Amino acid sequence: MAVSTGLGGEQYDYDIVRKFTIMALVWGVLGMFAGVYIASELAWPMLNFDIPEITFGRLRPVHTTLVIFGFGGSALFATSYYVVQRTCQTRLWNSGLARFTFWGWQIAVGSAALSYMLGYTQAREYAEMVWPIDILIAVTWVAYLLIYVQTLRQRSQPHIYVANWFFLAFILATALLHIFNNMAVPVSMFSLESYSLHSGVQDAMTQWWYGHNAVGFFLTAAFLGMMYYFVPKQVGRPVYSYRLSIIHFWALIFLYMWVGAHHLHWTALPDWTSTLAATFSILLLLPSWGGMINGIMTLSGAWDKLRTDPVIRFLIVSLSFYGMSTFEGPLMSLKSVNALSHYTDWTIGHVHSGALGWVAMISFGSIYHLVPRLWNTKMYSLKAIYLHFWLATIGIVLYISAMWVAGIGQGMMLRGFDQFGNLAYTFIETVSFLHKPYFVRAVGGALFVMGIMIMAWNVFMTVRQSKREEAELEAKIAAKMAQAS
Amino acid sequence: MKHESIETNSGLLIVLTLIVISIGGLVEIVPLYFIDDTIETVKVADKDTIRPYTPLELRGRDIYQREGCYLCHSQMIRPFRDEALRYGHYSLAAESQYDHPFQWGSKRTGPDLARVGGKYSNEWHVQHLREPRSVVPESIMPNYPWLLENKLAYKDIRSRMRALKMVGVPYSETQAEYEANIERFGQEVADMLDVEQAETNLLTQANRANYDGNNSHVTEMDALVAYLQMLGTLVDFTKFDEGYFAQFR
Repeated sequence: MAVSTGLGGEQYDYDIVRKFTIMALVWGVLGMFAGVYIASELAWPMLNFDIPEITFGRLRPVHTTLVIFGFGGSALFATSYYVVQRTCQTRLWNSGLARFTFWGWQIAVGSAALSYMLGYTQAREYAEMVWPIDILIAVTWVAYLLIYVQTLRQRSQPHIYVANWFFLAFILATALLHIFNNMAVPVSMFSLESYSLHSGVQDAMTQWWYGHNAVGFFLTAAFLGMMYYFVPKQVGRPVYSYRLSIIHFWALIFLYMWVGAHHLHWTALPDWTSTLAATFSILLLLPSWGGMINGIMTLSGAWDKLRTDPVIRFLIVSLSFYGMSTFEGPLMSLKSVNALSHYTDWTIGHVHSGALGWVAMISFGSIYHLVPRLWNTKMYSLKAIYLHFWLATIGIVLYISAMWVAGIGQGMMLRGFDQFGNLAYTFIETVSFLHKPYFVRAVGGALFVMGIMIMAWNVFMTVRQSKREEAELEAKIAAKMAQAS
Repeated sequence: MKHESIETNSGLLIVLTLIVISIGGLVEIVPLYFIDDTIETVKVADKDTIRPYTPLELRGRDIYQREGCYLCHSQMIRPFRDEALRYGHYSLAAESQYDHPFQWGSKRTGPDLARVGGKYSNEWHVQHLREPRSVVPESIMPNYPWLLENKLAYKDIRSRMRALKMVGVPYSETQAEYEANIERFGQEVADMLDVEQAETNLLTQANRANYDGNNSHVTEMDALVAYLQMLGTLVDFTKFDEGYFAQFR
């Protein structure tokens, strides 16, 4: 499976892929560290230090933005630019514009994080960016779409490979969601603040249509695009079922758009909407598991590679977490379960089994596949990859177990009655109960951060090694040339 | 049509994808603007009891958003027995109709605040915001001492109200709008919704109630406490028949 990247470097635009890969790791380390910090603030509130910029309320969007858009977004730009070139066997359309998407995206992510710390926010979960940043994102995104479509159009293959369908749907859906959810009227042309166009019920619905499809398209469809390329590549086998991938694709992108209202069960949103969302959430189990099976079964006949290839472990474990969290999701979308789980840490645990288990793990696997090919060398340390794998896996298990205990425990306490029909617990008693799970969660998160830091070090050493090898090669050639003359 | 024709045609793939991803949102969001029952009618003596925020409350709400309160506190009480006992009547859609953006929240690390208004004294709120653990020892909420120190910025209050007016909040700028507000909310409320009087109204409310216990200047604490103290207080549920609100669900 050795790929001659020496030639490839010229044939394809790998420079932009390298840039985004590096930034994915930079934002990953920063964003996940911010996550551990805010988790620790919940366990030990003195860590807020009475400093406005680092209180939980301001840092939490920093965490979500850096990991979703910084880490996840950069990983998606990197892999989609790589995959579209490799599968279309053509160079990326318009390298200059691709660089614009790089800087546009990095500036948007960085300035968003800073602005939250300074107190500028739209107060919409996962869409907290103030309006000028929203505009920057919209422009960057249109450029991304243009590059992607134009590259597809100049493909030297008649077929568009399945990974590209998912990336394309992700780009289109994200554009739609971003624009409609962020419509707002600024206080003035010179103010960063704005008021949203929608209000109350309609605003809640629009926001969770956006919020859940940030999960559905940004964090799922796009990473499935990653899966459909990197799993078969790393395993060295074709995708298990072509037919299944067609059904998977259309069913997934159709159904996801209906389910956002399951975040609003039992609220002032009309019942018909949330019932519809619950129904579609159950249906969504089918394509989700179809995709998971398609990914895992790609390994059939090559299961032994799980023992020898740590990259495949990342990919397969990520698919297992994908399967688990897409089972848990429909379960939590049932109104009776949601009555307990909503507003509790069960939701946080669920998100992280998806975000750490699925999104981060598939990205790690893909990046470990990419880095040696982008820098034309081997990974510096295979042992470090194994270590990363175990730190990450143990970290996730600690994290989500702690959140199950916290969420289900708090949910049960809050609805508990004593023998006289009075509430069995005050709210603050449930907060005290949460201290231990919050501590365990912070430990789990810290292990996960240690893992990605080891990865960042490993990638850094790999790049350095590649530079040294290149220098040695050049010296050899120069010596040969000198001899010849 | 064979799927191959889609796989080999990027234009067709884009169009079909756009159609498929648009349906869910169209079916679930658009009707919410047109079905009358979505937002309850809440009238007492033929006047709307749910009103837009006063200038001071509005600034308080801005600060609530700035500090990310919504990330730990919901403002949406669900129709369950334990929530009724803990927080009060379940939240109505009408109660957040002037909320741009909505602040229902998604997580209760702290308790729901939809009906926190009037439950505690102003002094309690000030002390609690400054140092939560001094009143609730087990609390994990951050301290917000700067709210008492920061003078409230209110010079742009009229721009804020005009922006909100553009998205549909009935603040008044003309005589006709003012009179319509009197008709709809009554004289007292209509006066508060007048954009031209915003600064005066803000200062008057802050000085009269003196939320932070210090009348020398208006602080961010004044605004935030003013906002917290009105949350969930606009509907007097004793004025409505039992089951009246159920018809809208």
